[in-house]
Amino acid sequence: MQDTSVEWRAFMDAMAAGVAVLCTAIGIVYGFGSPDPAMSFHGFVFAAGSIAACAFIIPSMFEGARDTELYFDGPIRFTVIAAVFWGIAGFFIGDVIAWQLAFPQLNLDLPWTSFGRLRPLHTSAVIFAFGGNVLIGTSFYVVQRTCHARMPGKWLPWFVVAGYNLFIVIAGTGYLLGVTEGKEYAEPEWYADIWLTIIWVAYLGVFLGTIMRRKEPHIYVANWFYLGFIVTVAMLHIVNNLAIPVSWWGTKSYVIYSGVQDAMTQWWYGHNAVGFFLTAGFLGIMYYFLPKRAERPIYSYRLSIVHFWSLIFLYIWAGPHHLHYTALPDWAQTLGATFSIMLWMPSWGGMINGLMTLSGAWDKLRTDPVLRLLAISVAFYGMSTFEGPLMSIRTVNSLSHYTDWTIGHVHSGALGWVAMISFGAIYCLVPWLWNRRALYSMKLVEWHFWVSTIGIVLYITSMWVAGIMQGLMWRAYDKLGLLSYSFVETVEAMHPYYIIRAVGGALFVIGSFIMAYNVWRTARGDVPRDAHDQPRVAAAPALRVQAAE
Amino acid sequence: MKRDVDEHTGVETTGHVWDDDLRELNNPLPRWWLTVFYACIAWAIAYWVLYPAWPGIHGYTSGLLGYSSRQSVTSAVAEGAAARADLRQSLVSKPLAEIKANETLYRFATATGASVFANNCAPCHGRGAQGSQGYPNLNDDDWLWGGTLDEIYRTIQFGIRSDHPDTHTTDMPRFGADKLLEPKQIDDAAEFVLSLSGRSSDEVAAARGKQIFADNCAGCHGDMALGNKDMGAPSLADQIWLYGGQKADVRASIHGGRGGKMPAWTTRLNESSVRALALYVASLGGSK
Repeated sequence: MQDTSVEWRAFMDAMAAGVAVLCTAIGIVYGFGSPDPAMSFHGFVFAAGSIAACAFIIPSMFEGARDTELYFDGPIRFTVIAAVFWGIAGFFIGDVIAWQLAFPQLNLDLPWTSFGRLRPLHTSAVIFAFGGNVLIGTSFYVVQRTCHARMPGKWLPWFVVAGYNLFIVIAGTGYLLGVTEGKEYAEPEWYADIWLTIIWVAYLGVFLGTIMRRKEPHIYVANWFYLGFIVTVAMLHIVNNLAIPVSWWGTKSYVIYSGVQDAMTQWWYGHNAVGFFLTAGFLGIMYYFLPKRAERPIYSYRLSIVHFWSLIFLYIWAGPHHLHYTALPDWAQTLGATFSIMLWMPSWGGMINGLMTLSGAWDKLRTDPVLRLLAISVAFYGMSTFEGPLMSIRTVNSLSHYTDWTIGHVHSGALGWVAMISFGAIYCLVPWLWNRRALYSMKLVEWHFWVSTIGIVLYITSMWVAGIMQGLMWRAYDKLGLLSYSFVETVEAMHPYYIIRAVGGALFVIGSFIMAYNVWRTARGDVPRDAHDQPRVAAAPALRVQAAE
Repeated sequence: MKRDVDEHTGVETTGHVWDDDLRELNNPLPRWWLTVFYACIAWAIAYWVLYPAWPGIHGYTSGLLGYSSRQSVTSAVAEGAAARADLRQSLVSKPLAEIKANETLYRFATATGASVFANNCAPCHGRGAQGSQGYPNLNDDDWLWGGTLDEIYRTIQFGIRSDHPDTHTTDMPRFGADKLLEPKQIDDAAEFVLSLSGRSSDEVAAARGKQIFADNCAGCHGDMALGNKDMGAPSLADQIWLYGGQKADVRASIHGGRGGKMPAWTTRLNESSVRALALYVASLGGSK
């Protein structure tokens, strides 16, 4: 391959160093030049990130070491560590704001710690920081293994993972400082959006480049889902964030849409962030890690094709169901609802393919909590993709809309599906990437599984009860046509459920600490405490005991 | 080509292998899955035929049912209003005393007032109108601006120190902040005020404060400190303290003055709601 030649490597080093130096300069110019304190701060953050990149790139230019490994795993290890870190941060902040809803005094009367700023910090930290690192990391792992090819470039994959995390730092610190575009799940301002666009194009390049140099004749199903996710998220991100900055030197910008068009674009984006970031991408994870861990073939190739294409065709239309009973025209609401209903079976196709892949391996669920994490996530996926279409029906939505039922629904997907499958994938990846015989402790995985599962159940059930109660109280009126409850009474009625939810969230946070400890001990190379309890596939590929012939 | 069959299920695989051991079985689509998928599509098509659905260049397909969410909410609201039109009309046109005397009308008015109160007044006055520091309790018989039905109605209509021209306006002076009294004098006046409800701990100071009170406070609060409803000046001789009855609270009131605000509701609510509210609030505490 040409990227092993000395000239080509020197060229890549020079390019990488040039980009890092250029970014350092841009950061410094903004740091000293911008009259906007938040912009100036972000200039310095950007410069600091770029200087760190220079410090890695420039010394290595003179080493002349060759990458002899077939697979390029350094950036993947980086994303695993980042995912564990951001996961803890995101879950923790989520639990803080859950307690704030129960006890508003916890806002502390400070702008930086108010619910309004911490809430986007929570959503971005869990979706984009935790979920994003898991997606980038697993996709890099899976695409290389299933294509039997190394990712292209010496620095490009590093640029993707480090640049993506720099984006997260800029976005997150911006929220705390009050920098926001005000679009849900798309809060970062124009300059962070531009940086993410550059990163994302590089990500697409690395992924496609790996597929193009594959040694396998066919593209594995997980890669279709990853590719669908990468391409669609690029489109969503760019279209929804089209904005005009007030000044090139300030943080503030205005989106180009207004009124109901803005709302529609926002929820076209918002819903498909769920559909492509949190669904398609994570189905890619499922299609690799579940069969790999269960050591069983995928249940149905045909189902995977049909549900892939129907899923990506139908999902993109479903956004308007977020805007029922608003200024959005009735016809758009109808399309949103009907496409959501049609989406039910395409979503369940993934669940069926996941769960049926376990046939012949059901007994392993009893002994392998990692496989159990992967399996229960698919079950939660099935549950929330049934609930979603149900809630998109206008009459159901008239009860559920604006209530905490929606929050419960989102978290059954986010905690039950996205986080649990991520945990499963991380537990698989750590011994594989750090070349260990087993996880440090399977018993701790067992604990993590149960603590998190109980946390999720508390979270979802309390929000179901609270949300439905809230919806019923809002709409209750007496025979004189007068409302039976005031708004504040509905808030008061939520209080005990908010506490239950926050306790559930706290359990989930505790679970993530257990995982972090286990990951750290495994990566450090400590002797596993219960290697004999772990399946053959827990070990790194090179260390696996061959099954008896 | 050699057929690759999965031993456990006896199903053929597609013959591809990735990453050493990833295979795919060649199972057909589950029949029930396909059936439900088609049923959902049929349901969606039926929905499109019945309801507004597909956009075109000029407008959109409006559906056989002629449904429109705007139409449906407008007619529901109109229907509800029509059903209660008589009662509402009487609520606006009849004098308050007459409404109170009519049992059906009064029940309608207080029920409406309770609902309006819960959604507009409860944030400050509390859900049970119990008040809190700075926000009067409406259940007792102590009324700053008068507790008759008409006085309550007027206060709700125009508010207190609001931006409405007919609002109640008088303020309590900021005796300390504006250097009208020395700190020592404020201390003495506070001591005297506490003595009115029998809680002074320093009779000498209270005696000094008596003259200060007579010179500065009695104009509004009255010689006996029993208050004046025309000025919104509370009685200082009872145990009801809007801003707290400890010495520090009283001192702070004299130092910085007091002037709570309430919006004028006549510009925020319709007339029937304001009147219903007046009847409801009057039913709570007093109406004296």
